[in-house]
Amino acid sequence: MILSLTIWIPIAFGVAVLAIGKDGNPLPARWLALAGSVLGFLVCLPLWFGFQATADMQFTEMHPWISRFNVNYHLGVDGISMPLILLNSLMTVLVVVAHWEVVTDKVSQYLAAFLLMSGFINGTFAALDAIVFYFFFEAMLIPMFLIIGVWGGPNRVYAAVKFFLYTLLGSLLMLAAFIYLYNQTNGSFEILDYHRLPLPLAAQVLVFIAFFMSFAVKVPMWPVHTWLPDAHVEAPTGGSVILAAITLKIGGYGFLRFNLPITPDASHELAGFMITLSLIAVVYIGLVALVQADMKKLIAYSSISHMGFVTLGLFIFNADGMLGGIIQMISHGFVSAALFLCVGVLYDRVHSRQIADYGGVANTMPVFAAFFVLFAMANSGLPGTSGFVGEFLVVLGTLKVSFWQAFLAATTLIFGAAYTLWMIKRVVYGAVANDHVAALQDVGRRELAFLVLLAVAVLWMGIYPKAFSNVINPTVIELLRHVSQSKV
Amino acid sequence: MNTATFSFATIAPAIPEVVFSALLFTLLIVDVMLAEKDRHITYWLSIATLLGTAVLCAVSLGQPAAVTFQGLFVADALSQVLKIVTLLTVAASLMVSRTYLAARGLLTGEFMSLTLFGTLGMMVMISAHHFLTLYLGLELMALSQYSMVALQRDSVRATEAGMKYFVLGALSSGLLLYGLSMVYGATGSLELTRVAFAIEQGQALDLLATFGLVFVVAGIGFKLGAAPFHMWIPDVYHGAATPATLLVGAAPKIAAFAFVMRLLGTGLQGLSGDWQQMLAILAVASLAVGNIVAIAQSNLKRMLAYSTISHMGFVIVGILAGTDNGYSSAMFYTITYAIMTVASFGMILLLSRAGFEAENLDDFRGLNQKSKWYAFVMLVTMFSLTGLPPTVGFFAKLFVLQAALEVGYTWLVVYAVIMSVIGAFYYLRIVKIMYMDAPSGEMTLEPRADARMVLSAMGAVTLLLGIVPAPLMELCVRAVAASM
Repeated sequence: MILSLTIWIPIAFGVAVLAIGKDGNPLPARWLALAGSVLGFLVCLPLWFGFQATADMQFTEMHPWISRFNVNYHLGVDGISMPLILLNSLMTVLVVVAHWEVVTDKVSQYLAAFLLMSGFINGTFAALDAIVFYFFFEAMLIPMFLIIGVWGGPNRVYAAVKFFLYTLLGSLLMLAAFIYLYNQTNGSFEILDYHRLPLPLAAQVLVFIAFFMSFAVKVPMWPVHTWLPDAHVEAPTGGSVILAAITLKIGGYGFLRFNLPITPDASHELAGFMITLSLIAVVYIGLVALVQADMKKLIAYSSISHMGFVTLGLFIFNADGMLGGIIQMISHGFVSAALFLCVGVLYDRVHSRQIADYGGVANTMPVFAAFFVLFAMANSGLPGTSGFVGEFLVVLGTLKVSFWQAFLAATTLIFGAAYTLWMIKRVVYGAVANDHVAALQDVGRRELAFLVLLAVAVLWMGIYPKAFSNVINPTVIELLRHVSQSKV
Repeated sequence: MNTATFSFATIAPAIPEVVFSALLFTLLIVDVMLAEKDRHITYWLSIATLLGTAVLCAVSLGQPAAVTFQGLFVADALSQVLKIVTLLTVAASLMVSRTYLAARGLLTGEFMSLTLFGTLGMMVMISAHHFLTLYLGLELMALSQYSMVALQRDSVRATEAGMKYFVLGALSSGLLLYGLSMVYGATGSLELTRVAFAIEQGQALDLLATFGLVFVVAGIGFKLGAAPFHMWIPDVYHGAATPATLLVGAAPKIAAFAFVMRLLGTGLQGLSGDWQQMLAILAVASLAVGNIVAIAQSNLKRMLAYSTISHMGFVIVGILAGTDNGYSSAMFYTITYAIMTVASFGMILLLSRAGFEAENLDDFRGLNQKSKWYAFVMLVTMFSLTGLPPTVGFFAKLFVLQAALEVGYTWLVVYAVIMSVIGAFYYLRIVKIMYMDAPSGEMTLEPRADARMVLSAMGAVTLLLGIVPAPLMELCVRAVAASM
């Protein structure tokens, strides 16, 4: 019941916001959206506090949906999906708060799109039936397409269409894989049945590739990452936050829920391929980030590089790596959201994302500068922040497998620090660069609220990661045990 | 069955058709006596005829299958369901067209009676149990449509479209008849079940029957509008007045499905090994032509014409599975496609006004600023045509692909999937134009409440069936199972 609430409360509020929204007076829509997102977050809390630290699916629900095809509305969460649902619901609240004075055009549609999106994403994470998963996974594209395309930057239409088509191609192949598995299991769309289904290696490889096409685009992995810088840069701040913090995680989650357990032999077989792509993302994209002149683009490339760490951690097949990868996903959710919100704060004032247009922001916005620097430190993996935990575990895990892979992965600690801190140096420090910067007002109460919230999350995760690893670890252990058994 | 006694029992299964014809002739007489300003009475009588007959069909839904008129005519669950949907689709099509027709002097007795005669043809096709009835129904439908398309006799485009439609339609009918005559020669019968029986028992001359099958499939390809027999579709869709396009594009697809179902599914099921391969070619060609050529269109009606071709490709993918599952998924697809067609052409009609045809993509620019709700209806329809949840188009595609994969057409499924990504582009473009472009020029919406209601209902149904598809699917499955 709780899981259904986490899905349908945001959707219901989204529809309501759409219905009451008037162009002249956006306030009712705003307050209703805030109420909906807060309520959506509150109903998620029992998931965290009532969670048993085991690998079992919990809070399960099951109702027949399309009995002819044995499709059931089957929900449940384990240690991997539960934190992601919480993260998503929290981000929705932040997005609603962050839009307040900033978005003035078609406000109700904007808010409704985010609320619907939030419900769809929770559905994706909670689904235990392949069709339910696919239903939410694809439905997500519609609000995101509109968010980028309607409220985005100058090149928004190109970015929106590119985002849509890239994602659609991948996901339709996944649908074909689902139907194949359905026929192989003699008529079951249960994801957990697929986990147990024996498959010959050749079939596994094909199914793996179908899932890979879908999730690699979402993560995004090199070389199918090119939609992301466009989409991130053109999307409004809220869109970037949800894209970076949540939708990228669906890719990583997909690997954990589908590729690894359904096709373990193919995963082992293709691990070298996956690790190579991940390392290219970590090193090459890290270097690309270094030369960006646009702050949003820099963070976008940094996201790809960090997500490379996630996929690396998942495909080295040990507990440290996998746990690190999952923690990195959650941490990156906080950190990238925070960085995009920080850039949003600057953009709302100066209307530029170019690093060259700033300089010496610390002089006029000291409070903001402090937070921005904290999040930048987290992004470069400073111990004590959430960014450190995941990266450290992944490097540790990789070291157990191969020194050189670990060596390449560890370069991110240098590159990450280089591009993030160099951006900070040019934007935040130094003398006041121009009149725009001189005229800056420091953050207001509303902005302070979401910055503080994210700072607490980043530090909490950095200082006491056990709160998260306790939840995640049993699932990781079980998953690794499952993956180590051949299904051929 | 062969005793030629006439009693109520022999005509009972055909009551909907009988009543429909009676009402239709009454309407013809009433229309002659009406003054020009009272023409809307003809319109309302037509709607009443359609809806009343739909109710009659619904009443007889639970009855067991009955074959009558010496095996010419069958009334089973399949035919009743398809008739109800056909009648409702025609009624909805007329309702969204009313203002457009009135503004162009087309709201006449001729248009209404042609529509209804065409509908009668569809009903006969749907209930046909014999090659002759099948052909009679087909021609009654087709002839009405040829004239309907050409009814705007001052319009060069419309007359050209009508001419093309007629010539190609006559050619395809010829092919079909030729093929049917071969099948008759091979099996010795024109009645569907006997043809099937002869093939099953190995009494048919295989080579001759297969040879005839080639022509039958060509005829089917034409009626469905599948490539490479699709040439007429873009010109007819573009040239005809939009209501005529809608009446050619929506309900007749349902009748065409019934036609294929009766011919291939019932009559020639024994040759499925042969026609599966032929249909696979049609499906591959339709999916490619429909999706790729549509990208280049700037006229919305032409674009939707190519979209039809690609959707018929999907219907064929379902049919060629040759299983109950395949037929019911194709039926589901056709029904939902008819709903989406009414919605998409209804939107064109909604934005058209006297002297202005909103048929270019640019006419939809910035619709979201003018009307959030109708932009949303169009958005839902477009995403449904793309096949995205939470709309019904997703389930339609899912069921069809599942049926094809079940019988081992993996390559075709992957191909169809890739083609539908290409197709997504042009549907997406309409959404983009409505939501992301600034409005250009003035934009007026159709004022009538009945048209608006029908359009809103279509959008709502598309969304609702996307969330609870099970009842309609169950209906299709039962209808197909009962007819086999």
